[in-house]
Amino acid sequence: MSNPFDINGGACVAMVGKDCVAIACDLRLGMQSLTISNNFPKIFNYAPSTYLGLTGLATDVNTVSDLFRYKVNMYRLREERDIAPQTLANLVSSSLYEKRFGPYFVSPVIAGINPTTGKPFICGFDSIGCIDFAKDFIVSGTASDQLFGTCEGLWEPDLAPEDLFETISQALLSAVDRDALSGWGAQVYIIEKDKVTQRLLKGRQD
Amino acid sequence: MPGFDFTNYNRNAALHAKGVPLPKATSTGTTIVGCIYDKGVVIAADTRATSGPIVADKNCEKLHYIAPKIWCAGAGTAADTEFTTALISSNVELHSLSTGRDPRVITCMTMLKQHLFRYQGHIGAYLVVAGVDPTGTGLYTVHAHGSTDKLPYVTMGSGSLAAMSVFESTWQPDLDRQGAIDICAEAIKAGIFNDLGSGSNVDVCVIEKDQPTQLLRNYMKPNDRPQKERNYRFPRGTTAYLDQRVISKEDMKKYVTIETLSGDDKITTGDSMEVDT
Repeated sequence: MSNPFDINGGACVAMVGKDCVAIACDLRLGMQSLTISNNFPKIFNYAPSTYLGLTGLATDVNTVSDLFRYKVNMYRLREERDIAPQTLANLVSSSLYEKRFGPYFVSPVIAGINPTTGKPFICGFDSIGCIDFAKDFIVSGTASDQLFGTCEGLWEPDLAPEDLFETISQALLSAVDRDALSGWGAQVYIIEKDKVTQRLLKGRQD
Repeated sequence: MPGFDFTNYNRNAALHAKGVPLPKATSTGTTIVGCIYDKGVVIAADTRATSGPIVADKNCEKLHYIAPKIWCAGAGTAADTEFTTALISSNVELHSLSTGRDPRVITCMTMLKQHLFRYQGHIGAYLVVAGVDPTGTGLYTVHAHGSTDKLPYVTMGSGSLAAMSVFESTWQPDLDRQGAIDICAEAIKAGIFNDLGSGSNVDVCVIEKDQPTQLLRNYMKPNDRPQKERNYRFPRGTTAYLDQRVISKEDMKKYVTIETLSGDDKITTGDSMEVDT
């Protein structure tokens, strides 16, 4: 039987720009080589400018996204404010490490803008909650090897929101075209301080 | 002690029995070293985190805070080093508050080894613990199974052999502060260049009696990548999109509203807490 991370397929990437961040994912849900759906978004919204991408085993993607919806709702009721991306990062990290000896098969990615400081923030995790703070980009999913290559080549510092959209989109589309388990369209979020743009990309359907 | 949750353990064990491989955790392939000198102790680490053969993070932090004058360098499973040191740091602080004394390195080392021994090596943290306390300078290594060592110079991680070769060939007993920093940085560089699991930069931490602890983040950057001469920026409008939705700040507020209900006026409350907005 194959690796649980590779059964359903999927890819996610986050990038930092100038006063903005972007997060993008593909839309495929499969079972091994059989595609079940081409409308399975992997990015979830937890506050006006805090987004979480989840790749890996689809059952765990659903479980974990719902778990954090519950936890973030409880946070908002207690604190009467929206969760900051840094706070969500620590919440994700400790929640995943709690299951150190029976982990969820997911690789989360966070992208957002801190509501108090206005600074862009991205980070990624392994399945047991080790945080990877990066200043440039974070990748996850079955196309992560390809994404590392495209992002390392295409990313540059201080991209404007419009340029960041082109860079993250081309990086993702190029990467998923070389991964049989990812693709079937993509979703991109460009997060700015007072605006979020969500775009649906056309991708190969094979 | 940490409450691990074994909810998914049986599911994952059943999958593993059917031949499903275990998930790949980020590991700090790592070279970490430590060296004592006349007035204190220096620890150093590289900054590469790996996931299998992939470099997951090119500039991660492997020097962890335990107490103001006790720091820890971690190798092995990255999440384990991070959380084990955070847990012990928390307990050391509570212990020092309850005793009213500065925490000791040996206390911290003992807490770490007892915690790790209890988990029989399943918590994959390999640590170098260093610091100064009222009893003097301390430098220890702690292995994941709970064994410890006390030596004047130590190395750990996949680059430990490369680093140890530097100590064994150039270490001498009467090092000063700069001499200790130099030999530690040189040992880390040996790991960076000769061990595939280690790479990028050198982080150094200097702990000395009656002097604030210095964390020299990226003390050396022997692998700095120059800025690209040209760029691969795409002209705007390159990527075709099928649909677009713009969520403005006003729209965002629609998703979450906090309203004070009329009945709330009658509820008597104490002074409201200050909350940063």
